Amino acid sequence: MNPSLASNPPVATPFFFYGLAAIMIIGGIMVITRKNAVHSALALITTLLAQAALYLMLYAPFVAGVQIILYAGGIMVLFLFVIMLISIERAEKERQFNKQWLVGIAAAGALGGLFITVYTTTTKGRVLFPEGRTSYVDMQNTQGIANLLFDQHGGTYMFAFEIASLLLLVAIIGAVVMAKKRI
Amino acid sequence: MHAIVQYIQSYLSSNETPGTAGNFFWATVYVLLVFVGLSIAVIAMNWLERKILAHMQVRLGPMRVGPHGLLQPIADALKLLLKEDIIPDGADKVVFWIAPFIVVLAAFTVFVVVPFGPTHAITDMNIGILFMLGVSSLSVLGIVTAGWASNSHYPLIGALRSSAQMVSYEVAMGLAVVSAILMTSLNESSTGTLSMIGIVQAQQEQGVWFLFKFFPLGIIAFGIFAIAMVAETNRAPFDLPEAESELTAGFHTEYSGFRWSLFFLAEYSAMIAVSSIAVTLWLGGWLRPFPNLLQGSTWELAFSFVPGVTFLLLGAICFYNTARMPKHPLFKIQTLGLAGFGAVLALIGLVMFLPPVRDRVGDIFWFSAKVAGFMYLYIWYRGTFPRYRFDQLMKVGWKVLLPTGLALLILTAVVGMRAELLAQVKEVFQR
Repeated sequence: MNPSLASNPPVATPFFFYGLAAIMIIGGIMVITRKNAVHSALALITTLLAQAALYLMLYAPFVAGVQIILYAGGIMVLFLFVIMLISIERAEKERQFNKQWLVGIAAAGALGGLFITVYTTTTKGRVLFPEGRTSYVDMQNTQGIANLLFDQHGGTYMFAFEIASLLLLVAIIGAVVMAKKRI
Repeated sequence: MHAIVQYIQSYLSSNETPGTAGNFFWATVYVLLVFVGLSIAVIAMNWLERKILAHMQVRLGPMRVGPHGLLQPIADALKLLLKEDIIPDGADKVVFWIAPFIVVLAAFTVFVVVPFGPTHAITDMNIGILFMLGVSSLSVLGIVTAGWASNSHYPLIGALRSSAQMVSYEVAMGLAVVSAILMTSLNESSTGTLSMIGIVQAQQEQGVWFLFKFFPLGIIAFGIFAIAMVAETNRAPFDLPEAESELTAGFHTEYSGFRWSLFFLAEYSAMIAVSSIAVTLWLGGWLRPFPNLLQGSTWELAFSFVPGVTFLLLGAICFYNTARMPKHPLFKIQTLGLAGFGAVLALIGLVMFLPPVRDRVGDIFWFSAKVAGFMYLYIWYRGTFPRYRFDQLMKVGWKVLLPTGLALLILTAVVGMRAELLAQVKEVFQR
């Protein structure tokens, strides 16, 4: 059932990457520049969907599916649920940017510089990120993730995964305790 | 010409979906076919719902436009297209404009992975069921933005209700789906699958629909899904987002004309989409009834006649009603039209008896028949159940379906792994 690489070259070309990246960047800028919070949320949804498409390009369909279900479908609905109740008239009058934009640009520039440096650095004549496409592992992505988590021999990420979910549980309990004085 | 025929024939004998084969041309053809089929299904559903509901309430239903109101959906569509398209003054124009398209896109995109047959799907994705759940959950975004952008009280309340309802029932729905996916892994290599075609093939290999697997467990999972899917599509008895006695029309109160009809289209195609998830996961997808019990070429032949016989029967019903039409000269055109419709149906039935068509159409027919059963259930619910109150709705979702789903998931896992568990217990006692 798996299309082999020879007969079926990957459709993920640089063209798609640049398109999706452009969508993500434009969406990201719209999130912070829109005054209306609902417009920001819609821009954020676009960004998240483009990100899911990027995961698909990296041959990680499971991660893409989870991204759509959890972020675009679940979390953003809850965001909208809260944002919808904000009065727009008041939000329009609020000041949108504070005076830290200079520091912010400096920090963003530093981070971008770091990324570029890492990307171009060579160790022993080899670049960290080899040219070309990611290799298509001849195993299904979902099973691969399951093996990384639960396999008796290679299941090395189980502990980290459980710890992360415990963190989320703590956050949920904290929110309930803070919101409700008497339980 | 000969080359074209050969090309089509070579395709018909292939055993891959066009998406898997990477064939753009056939994928486009399939997309168009699914789109046209869906539109016809929505039109038919519109007529059937009004007719069946009317008969349940001892009314006649639409009778004026065409014989027995058969042309009513077309008249409705024309009316909707000609209506003035109003955008409220205080509305957020852009969001108001986008919202119906989000809903329609989400409702139609999921059909990319719906398996009408082992080769009759647009594509087969590694993450098929996940994709379906994810994309259909995006439609709530459209509903919420529609309600908000209308800048009016009723739509906003409808949107709030809708988002709360859909998010809550998605959880129970997901748990029921996971317990069915667990069942796909009960084979020799003990690897399950998320692909829609793979799930049906797993049922074929195990020789049982997942509805009857581990006897009460499969049925309970199916029950949870069947309740959650009604809530997920905002249909009666869970149609609180558009409860007309409280909220006029809920989230689409301010919509009119073409935009409103997009919501209508999306609602019905979403109903078909979730029904096809249920059919794929629990009712054996495209498999005909009793594929293992009633084996052999005689049974195969007998079952392959069913689609043709069904269409002939529909044609016969049309002819019967033609004979019963009033004999007044005013009804002459309608009578002729009904007879013509019956003739077309009978002709389709006869074509379906041809061996090459018969072999290719059986799986699509069984899948559609099962989905049609669900569509009838939807109408039946609407005619039978009173609407839930919002707190009752939340209670059912969080306090009944969710715990049941969790328990079911654990039980399914335990029953599925019983051999391994018993072996481990024995080992402990022998030590």
